[in-house]
Amino acid sequence: MAGRVIAIRAWPGIGAAAFVAALILGTLLAVALRAEAGRGLGPSEWAALRFTVSQALWSAGLSVLLAVPVARALARRRFIGRRLFISLLGVPFILPVIVAVLGLLAVFGRSGIVNSALRWAELPEISIYGFHGVVLAHVFFNLPLATRLILQGWQQVPAERFRLAAQLGFGSKDMWRIIEAPMLRRVVPQSFAVIFALCISSFAVALTLGGGPKATTVELAIYQAFRFDFDLGRAALLSCLQLVMVGAAALLALKLSDRDGFGAGLDRPVLRWDADTAPKVALDTCVILCAAVFLLVPLSLVVLDGIAGLAQLPRQVWQAAWVSVLVSLASTGIMVALALPIAIASSSRHRWLEAVALLGIAASPLVIGTGLFLIIYPIANPFSVAFPVTALVNAVMALPFALRMLIGPVRDVVQDYGRLSGSLDIKGWAWMRLVLLPRVRGALGFSCGLTAALSMGDLGVIALFADPERATLPLQMYRLMGSYRMEAASGAALLLLCLSFGLFWAFDRGGRGHAEA
Amino acid sequence: MKYLAFATGMLAATTAIAETPVLTVYTYDSFVSNWGPGPSVEKAFEAQCGCDLKLVGAGDGAALLARLKLEGARSDADVVLGLDTNLVAAARETGLFSDHSVTAEYTLPIEWSDSQFVPFDWGYFAFVKAAELEAPTNFKDLADSDLKIVIQDPRSSTPGLGLLLWVKEAYGDEAKSVWEGLADNVVTVTKGWSEAYGLFLDGEADMVLSYTTSPAYHLIAEEDASKAAAAFDEGHYMQIEVAGKLAASDQQDLADQFLAFMVTDDFQAIIPTTNWMYPAVTPKEGLPKGFETLITPEKSLLVSPEKADMVRDAALAEWLDALSQ
Repeated sequence: MAGRVIAIRAWPGIGAAAFVAALILGTLLAVALRAEAGRGLGPSEWAALRFTVSQALWSAGLSVLLAVPVARALARRRFIGRRLFISLLGVPFILPVIVAVLGLLAVFGRSGIVNSALRWAELPEISIYGFHGVVLAHVFFNLPLATRLILQGWQQVPAERFRLAAQLGFGSKDMWRIIEAPMLRRVVPQSFAVIFALCISSFAVALTLGGGPKATTVELAIYQAFRFDFDLGRAALLSCLQLVMVGAAALLALKLSDRDGFGAGLDRPVLRWDADTAPKVALDTCVILCAAVFLLVPLSLVVLDGIAGLAQLPRQVWQAAWVSVLVSLASTGIMVALALPIAIASSSRHRWLEAVALLGIAASPLVIGTGLFLIIYPIANPFSVAFPVTALVNAVMALPFALRMLIGPVRDVVQDYGRLSGSLDIKGWAWMRLVLLPRVRGALGFSCGLTAALSMGDLGVIALFADPERATLPLQMYRLMGSYRMEAASGAALLLLCLSFGLFWAFDRGGRGHAEA
Repeated sequence: MKYLAFATGMLAATTAIAETPVLTVYTYDSFVSNWGPGPSVEKAFEAQCGCDLKLVGAGDGAALLARLKLEGARSDADVVLGLDTNLVAAARETGLFSDHSVTAEYTLPIEWSDSQFVPFDWGYFAFVKAAELEAPTNFKDLADSDLKIVIQDPRSSTPGLGLLLWVKEAYGDEAKSVWEGLADNVVTVTKGWSEAYGLFLDGEADMVLSYTTSPAYHLIAEEDASKAAAAFDEGHYMQIEVAGKLAASDQQDLADQFLAFMVTDDFQAIIPTTNWMYPAVTPKEGLPKGFETLITPEKSLLVSPEKADMVRDAALAEWLDALSQ
């Protein structure tokens, strides 16, 4: 049991996880307590639940399935622009929903590129609207994330293993059996759980691309309960269902995933002698090209669409951009303070802590926002705490992704260097600084980048707390849209995209001091 | 010593600000945005009230009401501006509003008398299309056509709820079969107005549910005459937006003053080209140039607030049934 030797205590992690749980369950409770007699769950809510689960299973399954070959291709190949490409992989995920949907529709919509080509070729047109559209959009959002999470798994295999494999003359089959399959068993179930959790609380994407009320998700039912019926009890109940679904998925993933790592290496650059055959090169090239086209074409259209609007941006939008950057940096700080202790604690005996953190994306943002509002309102003016609250909630929402990135590497450090650290009596801060941080820099940088970018684009919770004087950038973008200024809104979307990506890139690059990440 | 003088000055200045009474008005988000009526309204009212008008945006009409219910009588709000007739009954039921004393010569297509709520603008829902498109003239023709429309979900959007009541008011028990006919014309249903309008402008649909006044934005602000609203012969459903004073407000006089100001020319003249709706009292100088090009429905439809509250659940069930096939 390598896990027993640990140079740092677990209680800060347990405390951080307890804080997250208290935040989510406390807000839920606040909403439930405020409820008057409602009508409980009816057939339409159960139908929404069925739809939500089935689309989330398909979306998460397909995202992970497709991400495996993409991650493998990226792990095996070195090419010019690879780093940029890997960073760009983060972008669809961090875009505001409406912008990403418009980008996708510019490709697959009724007057999109694909249908224009089909019309030109006199072929029947395709419709994106329907169950397949929902899954397609969710794959667009989550395939990149899944790829990054799984790529991380490949990167944790020490170079020495591949060297040994090459010496032993491993073929594709042996490679799969000895190295890849065990590694995937370690990362895939939990990557699936994260994406499943993310798809559970989807609303606007599912409704818009699902083509109508067939595509009603639990989150939409919560909206209905809140604003159409003002039935807070039902809203809380539905949010509970979301938590149960995600909790079940997280526990299952925890059970399925293998925990043992590949042992320590000497951090030499990875050389893949096994992958130099022509068919493999062709396969990988093809996979990377397909992924690039699928992900980058809609993004390029968002960029092209926004350039004209950039010049029309009023002063307030720039101010909002500044506010958003500050909020997202604060969010990143809070995320690190929560994620590192949880990752350390869960790398030994407390693996369930990761499941707790997953609740952050499972809970309905509307319910969390309302609950926080109910808790804060009697104590303080909600406007005066708008930005701290936003930063905190965004940090909690980004926590599951950060943990998914961090736990693997942290666990490896604890397992592989725990005894050595113990015998050298390196503990506490010194251990963090000398042993842990240098070895998890890449994962930490990525996590920070993701948190900062997600926080830039988030709108979920701020609505109830919106400060009348200062708005965030996504809010200003929606306001532009709401006042017919679609072109300026596209410009604001592009600004948001650039800033999010800029923050993401800066953190991600900062983390990747080592050459191969 | 200079610093001390500066600090004293600052302190004095803050006290001076603290003495100015503050009138807090909760409204929907697009009203307070820099491109909405908010900034001009604030300037005009502050010029005459000797107060600080604080406009607070909270989502849209329905979110505004939910917010108010959450806060209850402890709310900081003195006035709530931006509920529409479909929400009035629920707002009245909260018991949070008090009677107003405003009288005005409203230029609404219907008679208005309500003891608690004062209208400030209104419009007709309509499907907006390209000007040259030969559009159907009622829902049944639309259902028989191949035209594609994008609409908003009544559960999350105010115009979406308006459309629901429009079809219900025009067709009564037939509403469900009308929706079944429309099902294949509906490209998709969106969360809110912005998404739907964005999809329409990007060419995803031939028509979008919006207002008869929407083409005025394109004409006046963008000098683009390419958009028009389709006139339907069964009549157009109206949206009347209202404001009310909260009984628990500690600024009763200022709140009354604001409601009275709301129906004067100073406020009403701001509305057409910022909120893109018709003013509730047409200002002396008339409507801005360009508004005369808009369609004027021959028949105005509106369900009374009390009835709206009663029929919407049944109408929603029909809508869900018909579009979920």
